[in-house]
Amino acid sequence: MSEFFESIFGGGMLGMYGNAIIVTLKITLISTLMSYIIGIPLGVLLYGTEKNSIFPNAPVNRIVGLAVNIIRSVPFIILLVMTQPIAKLLVGSRIGDNAFIVYLVIAAAPFVARMIESSFHEVDRGVIEAAQSMGSNNLQIIMKVLIPEAKPSLIIGGAIALTTILGYTPMTYLIAGGGLGQLAIQYGLYRFDDTVKYISSLLLIILVQIIQEVLNHVAKKCDKRIRNK
Amino acid sequence: MIELKNVCKYFDTAAGTVKAVDDISLNIEKGDIFGIIGLSGAGKSTLVRCINLLERPTSGHILFDSVDLCSLSSSELRKKRRKISMIFQGFNLLSQRTALKNVCYPMEISGVPKSKQIQKAKELLEIVGLADRMDSYPAQLSGGQKQRVAIARALATDPQVLLCDEATSALDPNTTRAILELLKDINAKLGVTIIIITHEMKVVEQICSRVAVLDSGSIVESGDVRDVFLSPKSDIARDLILPKSEAVHSFNGGRTIRLVFDGSSSAEPVVANICLECRAAVNIMGADTKNIGGKAYGQMLLQLPDDENAQLRIIGYLNSHELKYEEVSEI
Repeated sequence: MSEFFESIFGGGMLGMYGNAIIVTLKITLISTLMSYIIGIPLGVLLYGTEKNSIFPNAPVNRIVGLAVNIIRSVPFIILLVMTQPIAKLLVGSRIGDNAFIVYLVIAAAPFVARMIESSFHEVDRGVIEAAQSMGSNNLQIIMKVLIPEAKPSLIIGGAIALTTILGYTPMTYLIAGGGLGQLAIQYGLYRFDDTVKYISSLLLIILVQIIQEVLNHVAKKCDKRIRNK
Repeated sequence: MIELKNVCKYFDTAAGTVKAVDDISLNIEKGDIFGIIGLSGAGKSTLVRCINLLERPTSGHILFDSVDLCSLSSSELRKKRRKISMIFQGFNLLSQRTALKNVCYPMEISGVPKSKQIQKAKELLEIVGLADRMDSYPAQLSGGQKQRVAIARALATDPQVLLCDEATSALDPNTTRAILELLKDINAKLGVTIIIITHEMKVVEQICSRVAVLDSGSIVESGDVRDVFLSPKSDIARDLILPKSEAVHSFNGGRTIRLVFDGSSSAEPVVANICLECRAAVNIMGADTKNIGGKAYGQMLLQLPDDENAQLRIIGYLNSHELKYEEVSEI
């Protein structure tokens, strides 16, 4: 058994897997964070500008909605090719991990915006009306009502975003990036090294499980709508 | 205190324009408990939402202490809204906050220092009888308790007016009575003017001093609750007031009267006395009476005998004993 682990994590191999995990996590976390930085305002805009919402504005809603839908309907691999100039502009290169983060953020931010919009929709309209009747302004409604009330749903959404983005990370392989996916393809697909292929795949699965379980637990823990905890 | 002037609210729908509120003018005095009653779809909720401009009227004016709310900027309006609180049928509490934190919310958004918020929230929860549940979340409270938290929250900004939108419709009869008593108390102790939207006559009966009856977006009748209750003029008011059993029985063409007990007569056995003194039998078609503190409240539908002389004797008896009644025609 110890020999087995030795072969996986021992010597140079530990460095290889360890590095890959760190790279994958780095790409995933930074992309998710950036996607949220862009996605939250977009989600608020999508929700707020809707008819009968807190700051209705049909043209803005139409335009933002359309832009989000267009980006979401382009397959990631095509989007990656199409947005290369943007990556060049932002990080100075069309390839590598940093460029890949740019592509991921462009693809994921609209997706995050839609998820946030749908989490906000779960908040009872009556509660927002009550907040309005008490003289809340829109910023107060967003910060003190919408986000706290939608928190459990937002956290679940965060788990979905993280795992989805993690699922896209192997494509870094296409543009000379690193990570677990790159290991699996580089070693497993082209060098017929099944051990590396399965171990890196297994590590990906474990990462997804951990993220999903931890965030689900956090979401449940913070949800005060559940009785008798 | 609150004056509605020719308020209209129209909604454009696929099926055409819906006149939810159609040219309503009302004057609500300071300290009143004003009831607005109507069947569902009559426009009550839209009307009450027009008062604090949650719905902006299509036309007309809402005067609050002689200030036209419709002319205010949105920040001025938000300040005014703190003086016009509202409670709802669905309570609308923040589900992720404790009872105490819910009561703090309106103070939080108006910049009250934190220690003051907590102190005042505790006092208010005490007033509504929930001092022991302040750390509970809404999901852990019963309907009546949630409405008490909502009332405490509504009082946090020292409002002059409290709007109640079907505030007791989701509650059982006992809880309804308790909540109405609480509202009555608040009106008496804090001098808060209360406007109550409801479809239940018993709510109006229990606490309102004045009432407006709403039908298809218009006021068909309004006045002191006593007067409207004693002699309803509109079909809708009649419908809401008369005991439900009336619809079940047909009147066989006989003469029927509605006796009204508004607390001015003592709870004497009226029907038995009629029978004994007039030597005539009457048929009780429906009754809904209460004995509150030795006074009779409620109403009774009596079918008079076919004999005209007996009818005259009974009418004479009612007149001489100053019992309030009206003749009910066939429906």
